[in-house]
Amino acid sequence: MSISTVQDGVPAVPAPGPETVKADKRLHSRVGLLTVSPSVLALLVWMIVPLAMTIYFSLIRYNLLYPGENEFVGLENYYFFLTDEGFVHGALNTLWLVGATLLISVVAGVLIAVLVDTPFWGRGIVRVLLISPFFIMPTVSALVWKNLLLHPVSGVFAAVWNFFGATPVDWFAEYPLQAIILIVSWQWVPFAVLLLMTAMQSLDQEQKEAARLDGAGPIAIFWHITLPHLTRPIAVVVMIETIFLLSIFAEIFTTTGGGPGYETTNLAYLIYSQALLQFDVGMASAGGLVAVVIANIAAFILIRMIGKNLTEKA
Amino acid sequence: MADLTIRNLKKSFEDIDIIKGIDLDIKDHEFVVFVGPSGCGKSTLLRLIAGLEEVTSGSIHLDDRDITDVAPAKRDLAMVFQTYALYPHMTVRKNMSFALELAGVDKAEIDRKVDEAAQILELGHLLDRKPKALSGGQRQRVAIGRSIVRHPKIFLFDEPLSNLDAALRVQMRLELARLHHELKATMIYVTHDQVEAMTLADKVVVLNGGHIEQVGSPLELYHHPVNAFVAGFIGTPKMAFLKGKVKKADRAGVTVQLDCGPEYQLPLDGSRLKAGEPVTFGMRPEHIEVTAADASPFKVTLDVTEHLGADTFCYVKAQNGETLTVRAGGDYGGRFGEQVGLIPDLAHCHLFDEKGRAVPKPGAPAQAA
Ligand SMILES: Nc1ncnc2c1ncn2[C@@H]1O[C@H](COP(=O)(O)OP(=O)(O)O)[C@@H](O)[C@H]1O
Ligand SMILES: [Mg+2]
Repeated sequence: MSISTVQDGVPAVPAPGPETVKADKRLHSRVGLLTVSPSVLALLVWMIVPLAMTIYFSLIRYNLLYPGENEFVGLENYYFFLTDEGFVHGALNTLWLVGATLLISVVAGVLIAVLVDTPFWGRGIVRVLLISPFFIMPTVSALVWKNLLLHPVSGVFAAVWNFFGATPVDWFAEYPLQAIILIVSWQWVPFAVLLLMTAMQSLDQEQKEAARLDGAGPIAIFWHITLPHLTRPIAVVVMIETIFLLSIFAEIFTTTGGGPGYETTNLAYLIYSQALLQFDVGMASAGGLVAVVIANIAAFILIRMIGKNLTEKA
Repeated sequence: MADLTIRNLKKSFEDIDIIKGIDLDIKDHEFVVFVGPSGCGKSTLLRLIAGLEEVTSGSIHLDDRDITDVAPAKRDLAMVFQTYALYPHMTVRKNMSFALELAGVDKAEIDRKVDEAAQILELGHLLDRKPKALSGGQRQRVAIGRSIVRHPKIFLFDEPLSNLDAALRVQMRLELARLHHELKATMIYVTHDQVEAMTLADKVVVLNGGHIEQVGSPLELYHHPVNAFVAGFIGTPKMAFLKGKVKKADRAGVTVQLDCGPEYQLPLDGSRLKAGEPVTFGMRPEHIEVTAADASPFKVTLDVTEHLGADTFCYVKAQNGETLTVRAGGDYGGRFGEQVGLIPDLAHCHLFDEKGRAVPKPGAPAQAA
């Protein structure tokens, strides 16, 4: 409909001077606005309604154990959430989890992507195997790690330790956060590998040859040709992984349950434990909003830092 | 000094022979052009010289140094790639200085060399741009600049002009010729375009199917092709080939009876030919005159005529269906379907035996095919 309006409108416009071009543009933008408005509206409703409800819940007393006592309490929920002993732990653990996993997946992703870019026998299968952890459900992979690999009695690691005569490590008791980081990295390195591997294929071979003629060895080629070529996909990996890693939940839930103490409680898990373990919907809502703010700050920083990288034309 | 000597060079990819034994001498300051049809191994030969491919057998010497197994960067060669292969994230200046920085040349020296190259190539105002902000011709010049700063003994070019539009190609061709003169450099240039080969080269190497068909100056190749392949490859429009039989042959001349009718006596050394042997008669479009149908025994029918202004190319069909191209004057008025006669300039015609080898001119040293 709107498209036909434009087409009808165009012949009516006299010889295109600067004025008519401007008017034409205005018409175009108005038509554009009109066409996207239904979806924008739907999105707004989709976002605004839950957001409004959450804001409302966060401002009242709303504990499922005390039904009926829903009076307005102002920012009390926020105060309690932010001063709760769990919050500092949750925030720091989230930071650690996101930071460490990003670092591991970018470094390992780049190295693996570069390694599998050189042709060798069985490369196709190796590539598929490398990516496959990404397609396993987080709960399943966490359970596999917990019961088959890291288990202090029956795990593979314990067997290896025993083989060398060492005492097996009880990972989730002694290094709980590191163990979670290990599991999460195992899932997200393949994502980085997938993106970076495809990016490697678009690296111009003649550029590498030119660099070889210029006297660059493998390491110089990596630093000066390959890595700059990968900055864009690395930026994509960092952005996407950050968004998903901020809300890691299943891996913690199935393995440590946030413990011991608060050692593996991140913000997502903290909110869950507020709402469903302490039945305090009001405080959980406040926590959710705090998490939204934090996620937005992270997104803002990321986009300032690396977004330019993405919008720039190749 | 930059004398390149290639001896019995062979290269195969997974048991398929691509370069089948090349012997070639390239002298200091020469502009050598490798020309041949697509897929004949020109790029492979160039990459072997550059060291980007490993030699299967044979040797390459630069002056007295055996560089067959030397790393590409240590060969004193620089290469300009077909796609330019500029480093996209580096500025023009950085692109040009990259090799020098890797070699650990000091900063002042690098700047001096880059500025010098930029001046030669008129790139001064572009030094701080990234490659993506340059036009095709400018990228080309940066790619050349990148090789100039290294002062290599030999410049290698792999079809450097094939990504440019026609007008720019002519301009860059002239610039390359000027550059060769200015730098007094030895250059090896690969192209499938015989016009580039003819205009740029001191020495043309015609390659076909992984071996050398002929080496010589552009005019040598034009006037004395050693076989039908070279004769057909050099010159536009292509030389016409007509089938025929030897009627009489001796040291002083050859008489051929063409399948399409006429009989010609050629001033060639026919001592190697026998009467009755099938041969191919070759003549270039520019060595044929068009006359009235009854003025010549060689009668043909005009097909399409192309008026280029200065010349007219007539595509004609002989009585037995063989086709050939003839160059006539710019105002030639022949019509489609008209009967005309052709008079070849016999002094400039060629004859090839059954194996495609040229029958030599009398007194000319016999050339091995
Ligand atoms: N790396 C390679 N592996 C296998 N075959 C190759 C390789 N490089 C070139 N060839 C083959 O060698 C032949 C010559 O290639 P090339 O030298 O690029 O020809 P051109 O004369 O068009 O430059 C082609 O048939 C090509 O398929
Ligand atoms: Mg080629």
